[in-house]
Amino acid sequence: MTNNQTYILSFIVENKPGVLYQISNMFRRRSFNIESLTVGPTENEDFARMTITVKGNENTIEQLTKQTNKLMDVIKVTILDKKNTVMREIALIKIFTADSKTRSEVIQYVDVFRGHIVDVSLDSLIVEMTGDSNKINAFIDLSRPFGIKELARTGITALTRGRRVIKK
Amino acid sequence: MVKMTGAKAIVEALKRQKVKHIFGIPGGATLDLYDVLYSSGLRIILARHEQGAAHMADGYARISGVPGVCTATSGPGGTNLVTGIATAYMDSSPIIALTGQVNSQAVNSSYVIGRDAFQEADIIGITTPITKHNFQVKKACDIPSVLKEAFYIASTGRPGPVVIDLPKNTQKESAEMDFSSPIKIRGYNPTYNPHPVQVRRAVELLCKAERPIMLAGGGVISSNASHEAVKLAESILMPVTTTLMGKGVIPENHSLALGLLGMHGSIEANKLIHEADVLLNVGARFSDRTTGTLDDFCPDAKIIHIDIDTAEIGKNFKVDLPIVADAKSALKEISKQVTQKMIRKETSVWFDRIQQFKEQYKDLLIKEGGLKPPKLMVELRKLVPNNTIVSTGVGQNQMWAALYFKAIEPRTFITSGGLGTMGFGLPAALGAKVARPDVPVINIDGDGSFRMTEQELATSLLEDIPVIVIILNNSMLGMVAQWQRLFYGRRYASSELKDSPDFVKLAEAYGVNGIRVGSVKEFIKAVKKGLSNDVTTVIDVPISPEEDVWPMVPAGAGLRDVIWTSKEKKRG
Repeated sequence: MTNNQTYILSFIVENKPGVLYQISNMFRRRSFNIESLTVGPTENEDFARMTITVKGNENTIEQLTKQTNKLMDVIKVTILDKKNTVMREIALIKIFTADSKTRSEVIQYVDVFRGHIVDVSLDSLIVEMTGDSNKINAFIDLSRPFGIKELARTGITALTRGRRVIKK
Repeated sequence: MVKMTGAKAIVEALKRQKVKHIFGIPGGATLDLYDVLYSSGLRIILARHEQGAAHMADGYARISGVPGVCTATSGPGGTNLVTGIATAYMDSSPIIALTGQVNSQAVNSSYVIGRDAFQEADIIGITTPITKHNFQVKKACDIPSVLKEAFYIASTGRPGPVVIDLPKNTQKESAEMDFSSPIKIRGYNPTYNPHPVQVRRAVELLCKAERPIMLAGGGVISSNASHEAVKLAESILMPVTTTLMGKGVIPENHSLALGLLGMHGSIEANKLIHEADVLLNVGARFSDRTTGTLDDFCPDAKIIHIDIDTAEIGKNFKVDLPIVADAKSALKEISKQVTQKMIRKETSVWFDRIQQFKEQYKDLLIKEGGLKPPKLMVELRKLVPNNTIVSTGVGQNQMWAALYFKAIEPRTFITSGGLGTMGFGLPAALGAKVARPDVPVINIDGDGSFRMTEQELATSLLEDIPVIVIILNNSMLGMVAQWQRLFYGRRYASSELKDSPDFVKLAEAYGVNGIRVGSVKEFIKAVKKGLSNDVTTVIDVPISPEEDVWPMVPAGAGLRDVIWTSKEKKRG
C-alpha cells in the first residue's frame, strides 16, 4: 500500500506540559513524519486540541491512532473526514515589490484571494492569507515571480462541520 | 489531610499499595527517600547495579502478579534502570520505578532541573518510549495521587512499567497530603469485557472448527486465565501452543500441549499450526519470533485474536475476528457458550493426529551421552517440584530451557521474551524468590548472559535470597556463535569467551557455593545439593561450544519449514 494519502488527525489532549512530546515521540517511534501541527487550548481550558496532518495509508494511520490513543494524556483521537471538515491555515508572506507597479499588482491579487496586507515597507509588503492549503499554495505560486522574501505557515487547524462534536 | 514530608508520603503511599519490598540503590537525589525507608518496616533490598534492581522488581511482578518496585538516584542511577524498564515494557510487566531527580526549585541557590546539574538526566524524556506512563512530581502534595495513579496504570489493562521522577526538593518539603483522593485519568479506560457479538462469532467458528489451535501468549498469564484457557481447549480438543511469554498456560505434559511456537518452537507446534482451520490467539501479539514469515503463517485458518490492547489488533497481522478484552473474561464467556452449544468432544481425527505427531517427535532431540542441554533440562524437571520457578538468560540457554524444561504451572517460567535482555536471569530469579520464598528458584543461564549481572550474587548472599544458578557454559556467546556457524561460515567474530572466568572460584569469591559438574550424574547431585543449601549455589556446567539449539525455523522461512539438524539446513 502506498503511504501517500494525507490524513488530518484531531487530538483532544490534557492541556499540560510534556503532552506534545509524548505525541511527537510516538510519531517518530512509529516512523511517521508530521507534515504540519497546530496546537492550542479548546473551549475548556483543561484540554488542548492538536491538529496534525500526516501522510500514510489506512492501515498505518489506524495503527498510529490506536498507539496514540493509548497515551494517558490523550483523551480522544479522530481521523477527520476531509469532505466534512472545515480546514484553515494562515500564511504570512513577505513579497518583494520593486516598484509601485508591482506593488499594485500584488495588492490586486491579494484582493482576489481575499487576503490582507498587514505590513508595508518601501520594497516589500506582508500578506496574510487564510484558507485551505490549496488556496494558500495557489497564492504562493502566484507570488513567486515577484520574489518571496520570507514565508511562514501555521499548518492546518480543523473542525468537523455541523452539530457533531468530538466528545471529551 | 495530614502534613508530612514528600519522602514520608512516598513510603506511606507505597504501604497503602501493600508494597513490602523495594529493590534499589540509593544516591544523592534519593537520600531523603532512603532515610524514611530505613525505619519504615519495608524490606529494602540493595542491588549491586540498577539494572539488577529493575529486573528484580520485574521478576517479583511476574511471579506475584502485583507491581514490583525499584528505585534509583538521578542521572546514572536512572539511566542504569533503562534496560530493565524496557525489558518490563516489552513483556508487559508491571513495575514502578522511583527515580531521584535534582531540585525542581532552587533550594539554597542550588542548581535546578534544566541547568545540567550534577547527576541530572532527563529520565522522563528518556523513558517516554519505554513506559506505559511516567510522572514527574512537581509539588510534594501531588505525591499521594501520583503514586496511586502509577500503581493503577501499571497493573490494569495491559500492564506495564511506570516511572515516577521525584525531584529532591519534593521529597524534602512538607505538605498537606491527601491519600483519599479518587483516581481520575480521563484518557485511560481499559476494556475488560468482550463484545457479545464478537464472542458469539468466535463460538460459532470454534464449534465448527475441525482443526482448531490455540496460541496462548503472556496475556493469558497476566490475566490469570490459564485455567479458563485449558478448560476451553479440553472441551473441544483444541491443542494449545504458546509463545515464550505464554509458557506455563497449559501444563506442558498435557495431551493437548504442543509446546512453544516459533523460531525455536517445537516441531509439532510449527508443523501443525500450518494445518489449522481456526487459530485462537489469546494474549499474544504475532511477534516475528513467533510467526516466522507472515506470508506463510496459518494460510487456511480463520484467525480470532483476543487482546486487551486495541493497538495489537491488526498491528502485525490481519485477523478475521478481533476481540478486545481481558483474556480471562473473554475465555470464560467463550467457554460457557461453547459448552452450551456442543457436547464435550471425547475424540477427534485432529486429536489423534496431534497425539501421533507428539509421539513421533517425542525425545527426538533429547540425546543421551555427555552434558547435552536438552537432556539436562529433562533431568532437572524430574528433580524439582512443579511449583519451582525458572528464570533464564537470553540466547541458547533460554531456548534450551524453554524447549526442554516443561513448565507445569503458570507463573513458573520467566524470561526476557520481547527485548531479549541478557543478564535478566539472576536478578529476576532473586525478585521471584522474594515473591515466593517458599519455592525453589532456578536461574538457567549462559556464561555470557550470567556475566552481565553476576554482581547480584552479592545481593543474593547479603540479602539472604538463595537461588540456584545453572550456567550452561559453552565459553561462547552461544546464539551468536550458532548463527555464525550456520550462516556466516564459522567466522566466530567476537563470540568466543574462552573459559573466563572460573565460575566456581567466582561464586566462592562472592561467598556462595560453586560446583562444577562433569556428568549428568554429577549434575543431578549438584542440583540436589543446591536445593538443600540455604545460600545460593552456582552450578557450572561445561558444555560443547559446538552445541546448537534445535529445532529452528531459519530467518525469513515459514514455520512449517522448521529444521532440526544442521544436515537438513545444508540439504535445504
